[in-house]
Amino acid sequence: MKKERIAKSTKSTWITLGIVVVAYVIMQTLAETGVLSSLVKGLLVPLCTYAIMAVSLNLTVGILGELSLGHAGFMCVGAFASAFFSVCMKESLPAGPRFFLALLIGILAAALSGFLIGIPVLRLKGDYLAIVTLAFGEIIKNLVNVLYVGRDENGFHFSIKDVLSLGMGKEGKVLINGAQGITGTPKDSNFTIAAILLFLTLIIVLNLVNSRSGRAIMAIRDNRIAAESIGINITRYKLLAFSISAGLAGMAGVLYAHNLSTLAAQPKNFGYNMSIMILVYVVLGGIGNIRVSMIAAVILTLLPELLRELQDYRMLIYSIVLIVMMLFNWSPKAKEWREKYSLKRFLGKKAAKEEA
Amino acid sequence: MALLEVKNLGISFGGLRAVDSFEINIEKGQLYGLIGPNGAGKTTVFNLLTGVYKPSDGKVTLDGKNITGARTTQINQAGIARTFQNIRLFKELTVLENVKAGLHNNHPYSTVEGILRLPRFFKVEKEMDQKALELLKVFDLDKEADYLASNLPYGKQRKLEIARALATDPKLLLLDEPAAGMNPNETRELMDTIRFVRDKFEMTILLIEHDMKLVSGICEELTVLNFGQVLAQGKTQDVLNDPQVIKAYLGE
Repeated sequence: MKKERIAKSTKSTWITLGIVVVAYVIMQTLAETGVLSSLVKGLLVPLCTYAIMAVSLNLTVGILGELSLGHAGFMCVGAFASAFFSVCMKESLPAGPRFFLALLIGILAAALSGFLIGIPVLRLKGDYLAIVTLAFGEIIKNLVNVLYVGRDENGFHFSIKDVLSLGMGKEGKVLINGAQGITGTPKDSNFTIAAILLFLTLIIVLNLVNSRSGRAIMAIRDNRIAAESIGINITRYKLLAFSISAGLAGMAGVLYAHNLSTLAAQPKNFGYNMSIMILVYVVLGGIGNIRVSMIAAVILTLLPELLRELQDYRMLIYSIVLIVMMLFNWSPKAKEWREKYSLKRFLGKKAAKEEA
Repeated sequence: MALLEVKNLGISFGGLRAVDSFEINIEKGQLYGLIGPNGAGKTTVFNLLTGVYKPSDGKVTLDGKNITGARTTQINQAGIARTFQNIRLFKELTVLENVKAGLHNNHPYSTVEGILRLPRFFKVEKEMDQKALELLKVFDLDKEADYLASNLPYGKQRKLEIARALATDPKLLLLDEPAAGMNPNETRELMDTIRFVRDKFEMTILLIEHDMKLVSGICEELTVLNFGQVLAQGKTQDVLNDPQVIKAYLGE
């Protein structure tokens, strides 16, 4: 009986991981046999990126229970920290170790910024927390936009004004060029790496949720006062969840940055539009339901691209899908219907019949 | 020396003196009652003892250790666990997980061990499951172990809260109106459970209650609060026959 319980949560984790593996194998085969259009091929890495973002935001919104509207900010930190490293090390390191180090740097930088921002922000509750995270997300994006970094024979030069005030020598090269961002990032990521990272993200988040720390985090979400009364350190676990969530968003940022040769922080990619979009995946997929939020991210990223041919009707269909998904996942009637016709129950009945 | 010694405890909210020079001594293994009319400051005393409010003055000693003004988390680790007047369960967790959350501090393994599923994770989780199921069995909740806490009927939710508090392995258990909203049958059952908990876990229990049947049935000693001050203190029967107490409850 006791064994079954651990086994049950493990089973659900395996199913989720299995979905990723199967999806990867199918897409990879299709890509290699040339069935996929170049449009879809180009979408494979972003799909994983957004899926990672959705899963990591679900850790904050669904498991920790705090509404964060600045998640793209952490993605931005991870993207820029890692791209900066990769551009610096472009000549001196081979692609493999370079990307691995860039990945570590991106994750750590984002997790650290999550930790630092979390200290003041997590003291707030509800709407206030949402607004402040929104502000921090914008601050990060805008800070990156005025940052100029160059390198010459004397070392690194920093400025927050313009390229000229870097005061570099003749051999100098601008690495981060303000609003134009970083150019010439090596394209080190590919679909396989992206799928592996999504896989890792799921392992981290799902195993965290089904462990002692995850229980503490969810206890805080359900009732802070009661959690305190049984000796759970509130600040510690809130910061832990927020930092891990930020770190994983940073990982998505690394993936994003190394899939493009030019990286610039715009409202579209790291602004609050993105944060809201990721939040939409999480809310529609199911707050606290890691697996479905991942699937929602994939569907909702893929859909607008696949509907391009329909032109004017594109957003119409997109919004209908949003509404249908919302109803399917959340309306009580739909839930009832799903229970009634669920695959599990169908299989269960079949098994019972066979036994009889 | 008494397990819990409270001297001259008081708190003011602005101009309101909610609790004033509150004193109590509870011996180990005692079943102690805290009663008083509505608004007398009983729950405020609990909140002071568990660190939800910081006392304006006074001193609280648990088992020889000064815990005055400590944080809730620290006080729980020092050995005080409580239940709440308005039930506070982890609603989206299962019954078993609620109790396992209570076992949090006594069965540690690190976050990394949890994420990487190292051997200690399985070992400690198994211990936790065993311990939690044992506790649930005491409260006759083991059959509902996999239910969501919010799906339990009211009486069982109250029991689960006690089980969760006990999981933190406290020296002193504070019960805030455990019989609130229960019918006479459930109350009788609860009285047996409280006595059983005291005997089985050698627990010291301080409880707030309005149900006089329960109070006179199980409490050995009582303290009566009125307008934030101690009105009477002593053996249950003596206190309940005290004319001042009767006056406070029934009026002149």
